[in-house]
Amino acid sequence: MDKASYELYKYINGPMHQPLRHDSAHKHVSGSAEYIDDIPEPAGLLHGALGMADRAHAEIVSMDLSAVKAYPGVVCVLTGKDVPGVNDVSSGGHHDEPLLAETKVEFHGQPIFAVIAETRDAARRAARLAKVEYNDLPFWTDVDGALENGAPLVTSGMTLKRGEPEEELGKAEHRIQGTMRIGGQEHFYLESHIALAVPGEDEDVTVWSSTQHPSEVQHVVGHVLDIPSHAITVNVRRMGGGFGGKETQGNQFAALAALAAKKLNRAVKFRPDRDEDMTMTGKRHDFRMDYDVAFDNEGRLHAMVANFAARGGYSADLSGPVTDRALFHADSSYFYPHVKLTSQPLKTHTVSNTAYRGFGGPQGMLGGERIIEEIAYALGKDPLEIRKANFYGDLGSDRVLTPYHQTVEDNIIARVVEELETSCDYQARRKAIIEFNRTSPIIKKGIALTPVKFGISFTLTAFNQAGALVHVYQDGSIHLNHGGTEMGQGLYTKVAQVIADSFQVDVERVKITATTTGKVPNTSATAASSGTDLNGMAAYDAARQIKERLVAFAVEKFEVPPDEVEFLPNRVRVGSKEIPFPDFVRQAYFARVQLSAAGFYKTPKIHWDRAAGRGTPFYYFAYGASCSEVSIDTLTGEYLMDRTDILHDVGKSLNPAIDIGQIEGGFVQGMGWLTTEELWWDGKGRLRTHAPSTYKIPLASDRPKIFNTRLAEWSENVEPTIGRSKAVGEPPFMLAISVLEALSMAVASVANYKVCPRLDAPATPERVLMAVERLKAI
Amino acid sequence: MTDSIRFILNGEDIALSSFEPTETLLDFLRLKRRMTGTKEGCAEGDCGACTVLVGRLVHGKLTYETVNACIRFMGSLNATHVVTVEHLAAADGQLHPVQQAMVECHGSQCGFCTPGFVMSLYGLWLTNSNPSRAEIERALQGNLCRCTGYEPIVKAAELVSRTRPSSLFDPLERDRANIMARLWNLQTAETITVVKDDRRLIVPGSVAALADILAEEPQATVVAGATDVGLWVTKQMRPINPVVFINHLADLQTVTVDDKGIALGAGVSYAQGFETLRREIPAFGRLIERIGGQQVRNMGTIGGNVANGSPIGDTPPALIALGAKVRLRSAAGSRELLLEDFFIDYGKQDRRTGEFVESIFVPRPEADAHYAVYKISKRRDEDISALCGAFHLSLAADGSVSGIRIAFGGMAATPKRARAVEAALFGKPWTQATVIQARDAFDQDYKPLTDWRATADYRQLTAKNLLTRFFLETSGTPQELQRFEQEEA
Repeated sequence: MDKASYELYKYINGPMHQPLRHDSAHKHVSGSAEYIDDIPEPAGLLHGALGMADRAHAEIVSMDLSAVKAYPGVVCVLTGKDVPGVNDVSSGGHHDEPLLAETKVEFHGQPIFAVIAETRDAARRAARLAKVEYNDLPFWTDVDGALENGAPLVTSGMTLKRGEPEEELGKAEHRIQGTMRIGGQEHFYLESHIALAVPGEDEDVTVWSSTQHPSEVQHVVGHVLDIPSHAITVNVRRMGGGFGGKETQGNQFAALAALAAKKLNRAVKFRPDRDEDMTMTGKRHDFRMDYDVAFDNEGRLHAMVANFAARGGYSADLSGPVTDRALFHADSSYFYPHVKLTSQPLKTHTVSNTAYRGFGGPQGMLGGERIIEEIAYALGKDPLEIRKANFYGDLGSDRVLTPYHQTVEDNIIARVVEELETSCDYQARRKAIIEFNRTSPIIKKGIALTPVKFGISFTLTAFNQAGALVHVYQDGSIHLNHGGTEMGQGLYTKVAQVIADSFQVDVERVKITATTTGKVPNTSATAASSGTDLNGMAAYDAARQIKERLVAFAVEKFEVPPDEVEFLPNRVRVGSKEIPFPDFVRQAYFARVQLSAAGFYKTPKIHWDRAAGRGTPFYYFAYGASCSEVSIDTLTGEYLMDRTDILHDVGKSLNPAIDIGQIEGGFVQGMGWLTTEELWWDGKGRLRTHAPSTYKIPLASDRPKIFNTRLAEWSENVEPTIGRSKAVGEPPFMLAISVLEALSMAVASVANYKVCPRLDAPATPERVLMAVERLKAI
Repeated sequence: MTDSIRFILNGEDIALSSFEPTETLLDFLRLKRRMTGTKEGCAEGDCGACTVLVGRLVHGKLTYETVNACIRFMGSLNATHVVTVEHLAAADGQLHPVQQAMVECHGSQCGFCTPGFVMSLYGLWLTNSNPSRAEIERALQGNLCRCTGYEPIVKAAELVSRTRPSSLFDPLERDRANIMARLWNLQTAETITVVKDDRRLIVPGSVAALADILAEEPQATVVAGATDVGLWVTKQMRPINPVVFINHLADLQTVTVDDKGIALGAGVSYAQGFETLRREIPAFGRLIERIGGQQVRNMGTIGGNVANGSPIGDTPPALIALGAKVRLRSAAGSRELLLEDFFIDYGKQDRRTGEFVESIFVPRPEADAHYAVYKISKRRDEDISALCGAFHLSLAADGSVSGIRIAFGGMAATPKRARAVEAALFGKPWTQATVIQARDAFDQDYKPLTDWRATADYRQLTAKNLLTRFFLETSGTPQELQRFEQEEA
């Protein structure tokens, strides 16, 4: 046996915990990875485009579509009246999101009709030819406008309460009230939304949709077409990014494509261009947080009362759970002895806001960190010192209860922060920066070290379930399918590692297949960072079942006890005999062993009573910390990211390479949210930042000039998750809070660190300069 | 006269004689050829997902540049070699070193931006054997990635720089002589006209032919880099007919330097002008580095930036402060005027019927003069100015201001001089006190607008502060943020 084959014999390629490359990496770089717009087009394919309202809030008086219909190449024009089922694509069954608005428009850009044409170009050109008469109604586009106009809530708010916050506010040594404004964010997945529908016989329709939630697309298409779910198959192999923007927002495009396909009995594709995508699909919620906090001379919080008002947009969508999660994370990593948190998901005449990486958590956590800054600057102390004074305590202490009455059982934040503080030399650098600022008149520096504690699980308990389907074929190759979707996060790779590890076969033997509602039904959205936790376990369960049958087969055939059957790398040991995996499987087939299994998993322990504001909504927490250093120009507000150090907890990493990628990428995305990414609506209610020319996500040259990322390698999930790993999609996003706070410190230097800069997000150069001016004037 | 556009696509000879005159390269690749490796991310040249290489013969040398296929018109491709991501790997699927480096560094996640990054990295790798971090970042300014945070992509650029092009594995190195010969044969001095129904595109064979065409059809849209006009088509679906492409006219791409300054042909791209401008007028060079991404700088021209007269165009304030002149040409002859006089009002320039911009003369600042350009934008790179200010100062022996030209973009309906501020400074001692009193004069010069890039208040305050920055810089204490030290850059 040569050395190479001996290695193959000793280890498999691609077990759990190995830094395996993304399964599609070689296809990504060669352009052969297939996205929906790349699929060879069915013969006779038609293309759709949407007619969009040009009012923020109005009754539709009349719609003259004759010029649209007459445009060369147009096959048909659809309005809400053409919907055979229910004209609604809302995700939660709120019945408040018409596929095509019929009588009233509630945001600028709302779809009011659809054009189906022989080419996409013809459809787009025709869509601009409608003559629509409106009767304008009063509108407001932001939180302040909503509050001034007594706007209704798009869905009910929530209250979390513990202790006697109102009473305690007056009792402590210090009390501060304030307001923070936190901006929204466009997902800017590089692949915009797309759906392709191909009609079949009877009621059947097959839909390719760039969605994180194929089952919901299936339900919505059924709802709109008035056909049962069994007639609809939804497929997605990969998305060109999702970030939450494809959790519910794909519904409308898939429903339109399916509607047109069934009506015309031809394949139909909808692909909005970037401007339409950004105008017609929801974003991260912006918030206004009003706070009232009390604390002592040591900087320990006594009581906190805060209200989180959010721009919900015109319909409910996910605004309820998003604003809930803002409250769940308003504690950041801190124990609040007395606390009351309320949320207000407000109706605004803007596109309905939706899921976005962190799902309200970042906004809540940013609010919590503002409180720390208020205390620190009021007391003239380093915010890090205040942070440490307020961390949750160890299990057994009296500082472990969250505002939602869940006990924090797995707290490691103090260790994470301390290790990072040492490894990045925080104290010496902070001292040097303060010295630098003393002598530098225009350029000022700032440094901040902030923690992350993020609760893992869907707060809607039912979503915490998953299915998988595994087939082992006679040649020993394995077909893997599960309900999770791949949007770049490496989920498919990680789950394939789970299967390779379970059967002890090289990962190349595992075929990763596209997510489809026909193989694994009733799936949850790939969201809430839960993809690997849920689908990895479901796949593991499927493998377990097949392995149990294989073991039973071997026990019977070779007359050995069960513990004498062992899955070794690419072979199976039965007693003293070692059989190559394919041979073993073939023998099992001839013995009529079922080599296919459906796996299932549901997260244990969690429950949530929203009305009472009590329960255990999270299975566990993921932790992390980051330290950022920045420089600002106090003449212009411009800034540079000088350095960031990150220490992050992913439990026992299933794939360190993929996890590092999630952490770095999440951080930079979060940095964009807090710095240059600004959504701007004009006086007519039009979103004017609807393309990369006007909406600025970070570039390579914006990432920290020095960028060190490490995993907390000693960490293991205390809960029995897959491989004792932890979720990684969302938590690192909030590591970027250190950037905002570093900018804030640089601003604070102009008033000798005695005044909280109250720097709102996004901290564009303009906001930085205006904060500098404000502090200089004090 | 000929009626077809002929070019090489990867290895294949292409001749197109009937197509929509505003068809883009991206649509041609994806819709007509079903070559789907090149992606559409934004259709406006801002995300780089559609990046391809376009090679052409320049002074007898075959040069490849990255461009955005989404705003590159087919009519501008005659006698070029278009290279897409599909061309990189070997026939047996063996990845190109640039691709392999991206795989090894985990440079892709969702993968949608990846082909564009691969092409930008490839463009860098072909021309720079040892890129600094600053150069890598500059080469990637035009590529957006939403997943990775860029760190692994920058590392891939560094990793692959250890391998150099070899005909063993690099298709462009391998085929260089063959491609050069074929491109040579495709070059033509004849005017090409392509007709589709009532729409036409024209590729004039010479500058003289261009003048004749415009004399006959003054309503024609002249397209050089298409980085602005491209969006009229992809975003506004505005008809432009006939459309005249001039990006190939070598006579408009001359860069001439003498003691007085630099003469730039109207067709000189930012990239072509960069080296000379950086050497002769360093502050101007630094501005160029922050215009668009590399793809836009490879396509876009300073002449186009001037001709379109945008109030937020980046180069006009820098040019006006230098006292630049623009030369306009028509079939009847040519005339020259001060650039500041060229901009009349929003969307209105002093360009007469049948005229086109032929060249721009950029006077070199006097040896002892101070010249600075400050671009302020929400995002540092690949963004449009919220405001852009240029300052040009000469001091007399006694330290008083003997010459001052200040111009701003983003502050008015046109790029405009700050005459009141200049008046407040002229003849006065160049001191902090003078500068402080001159700041107020900005309120007479400008009444800026509020929009998504900045509020009026921010623009006004920052304009004043830039005068302060300029004063600090001239008094020896530069206070501008730089991501890289001079030696790193």
